[in-house]
Amino acid sequence: MSERLCPRDEADVVEAVRWAVSNGRTLDVAGSGSKAGLGRHIQTDATLELSGLSGVTLYEPEELVLSAKAGTQVAEIEALVAASKQMLAFEPMDFGPLLGLAPGGGTLGGLMACNLAGPRRPSAGAARDHALGIRAVSGRAEAFKAGGRVVKNVTGYDLPRGLAGSYGTLAAFTELTIKVLPRPETVETLLLLGLDPAAAAAAMSAAVGSYYDVSGAAHVPEAVAAAIAAVAGAGTAVTALRLEGVQPSIRHRRGKLEAMLRTHGTLSFLDADASRGFWQAVRDVTPFAVPLPPALPDPALMAGLDPATQSEAVLRPQGLGPRVKPGDEGAHLENHPALWRISVAPMAGPSVGAALREIGARCLYDWAGGLVWAEMPGAEPQTAAVRAAVAAAGGGHATLIRASAAARAAEEVFQPLDPITGALIARMKNGFDPGRVLSPGRIYAGV
Amino acid sequence: MSGLVMPAPKADVLARRARIVADLRAIVPGEGVIDAEAEMRPFESDGVTAYRQLPLVVVLPSTTEQVSKVLAYAHANGIPVVPRGAGTSLSGGALPLEDGILLGMGKFNRILDIDFENRTVVAQPGVTNLGITTAVAHEGFYYAPDPSSQIACTIGGNVGENSGGVHCLKYGLTTNNVLGVEMVLISGEVIRLGGKHLDSGGLDLLGLIVGSEGLLGVVTEVTVRILKKPETARAVLVGFPSSEAAGACVAAIIAAGIIPGGMEMMDKMMVHAAEAFLGAGYPLDVEALLIVELDGPEAEVNHLIERVAEIAGTLGCLTLRASTSEEERVAFWAGRKAAFPAVGRISPDYLCMDGTIPRKALPLVLKRMEEMSEKYGLRCGNVFHAGDGNLHPLICYDANQPGQLEKAEAFGADILLLCVEVGGVLTGEHGVGVEKRDLMPSMFNEIDLAHQQRLKCAFDPDALLNPGKVFPVLHRCAELGRMHVSGGKLPFPDLPRF
Ligand SMILES: Cc1cc2nc3c(=O)[nH]c(=O)nc-3n(C[C@H](O)[C@H](O)[C@@H](O)COP(=O)(O)OP(=O)(O)OC[C@H]3O[C@@H](n4cnc5c(N)ncnc54)[C@H](O)[C@@H]3O)c2cc1C
Ligand SMILES: Cc1cc2nc3c(=O)[nH]c(=O)nc-3n(C[C@H](O)[C@H](O)[C@H](O)COP(=O)(O)OP(=O)(O)OC[C@H]3O[C@@H](n4cnc5c(N)ncnc54)[C@H](O)[C@@H]3O)c2cc1C
Repeated sequence: MSERLCPRDEADVVEAVRWAVSNGRTLDVAGSGSKAGLGRHIQTDATLELSGLSGVTLYEPEELVLSAKAGTQVAEIEALVAASKQMLAFEPMDFGPLLGLAPGGGTLGGLMACNLAGPRRPSAGAARDHALGIRAVSGRAEAFKAGGRVVKNVTGYDLPRGLAGSYGTLAAFTELTIKVLPRPETVETLLLLGLDPAAAAAAMSAAVGSYYDVSGAAHVPEAVAAAIAAVAGAGTAVTALRLEGVQPSIRHRRGKLEAMLRTHGTLSFLDADASRGFWQAVRDVTPFAVPLPPALPDPALMAGLDPATQSEAVLRPQGLGPRVKPGDEGAHLENHPALWRISVAPMAGPSVGAALREIGARCLYDWAGGLVWAEMPGAEPQTAAVRAAVAAAGGGHATLIRASAAARAAEEVFQPLDPITGALIARMKNGFDPGRVLSPGRIYAGV
Repeated sequence: MSGLVMPAPKADVLARRARIVADLRAIVPGEGVIDAEAEMRPFESDGVTAYRQLPLVVVLPSTTEQVSKVLAYAHANGIPVVPRGAGTSLSGGALPLEDGILLGMGKFNRILDIDFENRTVVAQPGVTNLGITTAVAHEGFYYAPDPSSQIACTIGGNVGENSGGVHCLKYGLTTNNVLGVEMVLISGEVIRLGGKHLDSGGLDLLGLIVGSEGLLGVVTEVTVRILKKPETARAVLVGFPSSEAAGACVAAIIAAGIIPGGMEMMDKMMVHAAEAFLGAGYPLDVEALLIVELDGPEAEVNHLIERVAEIAGTLGCLTLRASTSEEERVAFWAGRKAAFPAVGRISPDYLCMDGTIPRKALPLVLKRMEEMSEKYGLRCGNVFHAGDGNLHPLICYDANQPGQLEKAEAFGADILLLCVEVGGVLTGEHGVGVEKRDLMPSMFNEIDLAHQQRLKCAFDPDALLNPGKVFPVLHRCAELGRMHVSGGKLPFPDLPRF
């Protein structure tokens, strides 16, 4: 079984990387692994688990800024900012349901390393757009910083943004500073019923391209809608347009949008509570969730066991729900349908969906059609068909989110790179992690 | 130029000038290669006119293929290259080098694709910022980042500097509005990143390229997102008895959950300068003036204007006027937008600084700047993107008075160091260029800078793109590539590792 290293602070992280470099060992950089089933499947000599670097170090609501150690739970941050009527505007999704883990896991470092974003992405940006500053340890066993703590800064290269989406392959974040924004006072959702994906994309394009500040536009086909409580009763496909803000504004915008979209289909409506439930389901893609695996023994029960026995199971902090056996991350996903996350131009979403429906996939469309979640009919990822559909739609990227470890080791999980960009990224890896100790191969083979 | 040390020109490159010019003419025919001194003059400086240098040669390519060949040639022959858009940089980013090719991108001036359904525009880098908005305005769309220089500056230069504008608190900087680029590497290889879709799936190279000041590659195409112009916009003009009170008002507006489309502050000197320049109707008996613009659907704007007025009232504003017509709103802005020429009228020369501070530090920073103003004997006015803490002190001086430029520069450097001291940064939107290059160590230590340079090395291992900019010392990539790691005990053995 591989070593688990649990640093307490940045100096420990430097030590851990130094150990790895000088002994030629590889490290799996992990928040604490809620997305272990995500990305290429890699084998490392040890796991560098950063959840011990925890705690919000600065929060100034009037300055719209928050800093926290990289291992801080996202749920903790969201609760803290909510108390000041603020939010992480990029609406980071919770991968728990899709990966068969309890919801509510996930650290700030993991969120940034995966560059997450939910339904508000088109209007508010992704995690990258809210990254202001970082402290991190590169594969050279050196701690460095970049960016700052103010919302407007162009001093030096934008490494905070550039390392968003690096999946732990260039550096381990130890502390991050992000921009937070006011939470909208309330929310409502306008629904169009019974549209096919192409008609839905046209309606969503009209709505998002209107004056009326639509902060979420999703299309859920009938069979998928049945799995979302807020709209299951509709009994048909729903196209949802979210309106957020102050009540007088929402009322005005809803009226205008209704007048504008009347010709597109039958109108319906979700109130604030139903809206929150619906958009969370879209954000976390719960219609394609898989059940939690059977629970392992409770940590409390194992506290008395000797270390050798303990290592058979993983002790998790209290309250995290069922645990997964080390080395088994993703193993319980073996027989579930493969799942893709596909980003294309919004109007191209329906054509990708149509191509994938022919091979039996079910789809859910977010980002006004630009984000297609495609659940394959079986465990087989059918990568060639997915890549072909994306290319035919004018390009974009498809990421295999859920598949067996074997499939994730065999396939390109991320959109393959052209050789020139690939070589460039390999040179970046050489610069930041010449010994290739940090999550090597997590995004691209050999890097 | 004052005190600025640039990399020593390469004697062998200077010696081969005639040959190089001839070779470049074979790549870019006709008027695309300029070597006559008089014709190169217009390119000798950018917006920082205190720094001037004639380049080795000016090349004005018009296709990606030409850019690729020019860069491959420069790479093979060890010749530095300085990319240039419109040359409005306020940090000296486009300052030529004596031994360098100045690569002007002005001929890349076409819009290639307008896609209203997907809300994107694909433009060549020499298209002006305003040119994009103009091309989509007939359908009610616009490109959000709006630097004051928007009639002149190019989208390629905006990508280079990650430029902002008065609306970027709500709508983001360039980086938040660029979806894709085509870029030529110094090797001549062409890469395409992003497109009409969002994000990259894996590593976000695009995020690194925006704001890289021409040091990583030459951008030959840009895809941006466009937005529907807000249905309504209204502005309130609020006068305060002190900058503290104005600052408190800004904080209170944001704490109330309101993100205005624009929120600008001007100090007394700037209010008076603007009023004298064009009679915008600003109140003159205030110490600080705020312009707060709310934009969006009409019902929302009217609702929020009332809330802003309420907040300003409780914080003791002296005057408050909300615009009731589009003409009035434009008039409110006219004074702010004319801040530079207005200062130009009261002072023969001025330096425009660009630091960002945590807003709460504003009173302290203003007070310290007053002290500095006295110490240096130079006047200094302030316009301020108040929402995001981006200060633009304008230092007045007279270049014809010996020593005044040096004094003004020292004053400027002191202001920027003060920004860093209070937790802010050296530049909010103008870039580091040559102007703030030597101040970088005040924000970043050697290790921080070395990590940034390793990124540079991945793109441009021979440091041929825009050398002398951004980094105070450019280490050789071979030196940066070495790793000295020793030790290797199992870390923190006192911790449980399972
Ligand atoms: C063996 C195991 C069992 C688990 N059992 C449970 C359970 O029972 N219930 C439960 O809810 N959760 C469980 N988890 C998940 C975990 O406890 C939390 O849900 C969560 O906080 C984990 O991390 P993460 O989402 O931040 O990112 P991770 O999944 O750790 O990482 C995602 C990506 O981000 C990168 N990354 C993460 N942090 C950083 C950083 N600081 N710097 C750079 N890159 C980074 C990683 O390299 C990876 O590429 C388990 C995890 C593991 C490994
Ligand atoms: C009166 C005035 C007002 C201004 N107001 C603002 C403001 O409100 N906000 C703001 O942010 N800035 C402002 N600026 C600064 C300036 O206009 C911006 O930085 C602008 O983006 C520069 O664009 P440019 O086309 O002039 O680029 P240049 O000055 O020519 O170049 C800027 C940098 O980008 C690089 N570059 C240019 N084109 C390319 C390319 N195609 N590929 C790669 N690199 C390239 C150059 O090498 C250089 O480093 C102002 C300037 C002036 C003179």
